[in-house]
Amino acid sequence: MTVNNPTIPAGTDPSRPLAPFGRRLLTVTANKPLGAYRILHAADPDGPAPAAGQFAMLAAAERWGAGEDERPYLPRAFSYARWVAGEAQFLLEDVGPGTHRLCELREGDGLWVLGPLGRGFTAPKDARRALLVGGGVGIAPLAGWQDELGERATVLLGFRDRAHAAGAALLGDALVASDDGSVGRHGLVTDLLRAELDRDAHAGVYACGPPAMLEAVRALCAARAIPAQLALEAGMACGFGACFGCVVPKRDGGYLRICIDGPVVDAAQLDRIGEHAGSPA
Amino acid sequence: MSVDFCGLRLAHPIINGSGTFDAIGARHAFGDALHSAFPFAAFVSKTITLAPRAGNPPPRLWEAQAGLINSIGLPNKGLERYMSEDLPELAQLPVPLITNVMGSTAEEIAELLRACDTRKEIAAVELNVSCPNVHTGLDIGADPAQLERVLRSVRPALRKPLIVKLTPNCADVAECARAAQEGGADAVSLINTLRAMALAPAGAHGRERSQSLAWLGGGTGGLSGAAVRPVALAQVAAVARRVSIPVVGMGGVQSAAHAHQFLAVGARLVAVGTESFRDPAVASRIASQLDDEGPPT
Ligand SMILES: Cc1cc2nc3c(=O)[nH]c(=O)nc-3n(C[C@H](O)[C@H](O)[C@H](O)COP(=O)(O)OP(=O)(O)OC[C@H]3O[C@@H](n4cnc5c(N)ncnc54)[C@H](O)[C@@H]3O)c2cc1C
Ligand SMILES: Cc1cc2nc3c(=O)[nH]c(=O)nc-3n(C[C@H](O)[C@H](O)[C@H](O)COP(=O)(O)O)c2cc1C
Ligand code: FES
Repeated sequence: MTVNNPTIPAGTDPSRPLAPFGRRLLTVTANKPLGAYRILHAADPDGPAPAAGQFAMLAAAERWGAGEDERPYLPRAFSYARWVAGEAQFLLEDVGPGTHRLCELREGDGLWVLGPLGRGFTAPKDARRALLVGGGVGIAPLAGWQDELGERATVLLGFRDRAHAAGAALLGDALVASDDGSVGRHGLVTDLLRAELDRDAHAGVYACGPPAMLEAVRALCAARAIPAQLALEAGMACGFGACFGCVVPKRDGGYLRICIDGPVVDAAQLDRIGEHAGSPA
Repeated sequence: MSVDFCGLRLAHPIINGSGTFDAIGARHAFGDALHSAFPFAAFVSKTITLAPRAGNPPPRLWEAQAGLINSIGLPNKGLERYMSEDLPELAQLPVPLITNVMGSTAEEIAELLRACDTRKEIAAVELNVSCPNVHTGLDIGADPAQLERVLRSVRPALRKPLIVKLTPNCADVAECARAAQEGGADAVSLINTLRAMALAPAGAHGRERSQSLAWLGGGTGGLSGAAVRPVALAQVAAVARRVSIPVVGMGGVQSAAHAHQFLAVGARLVAVGTESFRDPAVASRIASQLDDEGPPT
């Protein structure tokens, strides 16, 4: 139940820029398909630039809280995929009423945003090469991180099929694996990771994806003593530490709140990653 | 629109519901802006127990129709670390601090109250009585006779205002409120969450329905948010009619209009809970609109 860097006063940790207090109304500037996903752009002229790996709580300004089934009601968490010159970009996968509503938004529509929230990725301290490992919609936070690391980063992505693999275009120069073999290597992204680590183990791993993938990454890195930062997900109600709903178990007992102790968590803090700590597969 | 509440002078009648705002955690998200624009007229801590609690296993949240079912399980550091680690930080808030405590026996409750009594940072105590009695298994707050007896025995341990947070999961909440008043409460607050359950969607997150019917790690949970507002309003109205001590009304408040409804049926203060999850600054807006508009005619 502690925040990762308790010694660093709020506002001075580069992996944790602060959010303005209160949600703000942004205007959608574009909503484009990318294979099975959509990329939602919103003008965020006053928003602080997020660190890669941070997230925001989003809700549509209209028809949110009064839909057919009275869901969605609470805002939903989304990683910043990119934040470029006052425009925030989110990668969306339609998996339920909230994401469905956001996928419908059109240019000019209103979008409530609370963010940037949580703690993002921390740059590699030594000359280790960065391996960015993403699965499905979990590739989102890796885009901004790749922009920041540039040439130093190797990107490995996994998708279930061709339509989803089109999401790889969000990042540059990615090695892709697909579950059905339709694109890239037939298999899992962790197969790609294992091959990379066999080739050169002087690496730091940054991963985001479904729980089973994150658990495989965690176990692989733990076995080889390779540092890994995992961007976790969990059902959230608030996104700013208020509800204690978004927890994952810590290795030494107790729980982390993913929204303020994460979402990017040092893998060494975790034991096995269970089914409620990753993006919907 | 300043108000007197049990001798505390509050800038406006809007406070937070216990467990729905962590002023220390939120500082990590918003920094000093949280303190300079602090939305509540008093801050209520989440429930503190004698021993530390890890809380319930996940999942802890289920979104219901215009509501939220939670089974958080009252995670907290325990009394000792709350006093040594959290109190100094909470004392920096620009508003009075109300510490919410819960115990499962009269002795435990008395110990919690005694500890709060000695700390000047704490302006008042809210006692959460939605706790099963270790002997009977019945919620202390659900049985008026038991509630009155427990309160009478613990009340001398605290020389500050004591608010009793009633449970809505009882046969007659107004009777429980009367018992709280007889037992020595200076105010009552309600409603706490309504006991509720959600079944796991078939196949969700690889979960087979046969594995466990319940979605929440804790089995059942408590319903809050917009969905409970009509129930809350009825309970607050019934309680305000029965007791002469001040009433803190809450349950699904989302706007100044909703706050007015609770004030209109007799609440002295109104607490905002789940709506803060949708916008952490909503309580400021509610308070300033109450001020601008005054009560509706
Ligand atoms: C830090 C973080 C970053 C994220 N980043 C992204 C991102 O960049 N892009 C993206 O597309 N997604 C992202 N997600 C996931 C996204 O928040 C969820 O997909 C979204 O909240 C789903 O909402 P929904 O209404 O569409 O679906 P829901 O109906 O809420 O269903 C989503 C899942 O939640 C469970 N569920 C089903 N019904 C309920 C219910 N009533 N209450 C609670 N749980 C239920 C099920 O397991 C279901 O599979 C992120 C999540 C977190 C925590
Ligand atoms: C996530 C969550 C945690 C809560 N934790 C506590 C708690 O620790 N102690 C308590 O007395 N009430 C707790 N409550 C109840 C609220 O204080 C409040 O009584 C209830 O949610 C109704 O108000 P609302 O509909 O505005 O949220 C909690 C509610 C929620 C949603
Ligand atoms: S989402 Fe509410 S505490 Fe993390």
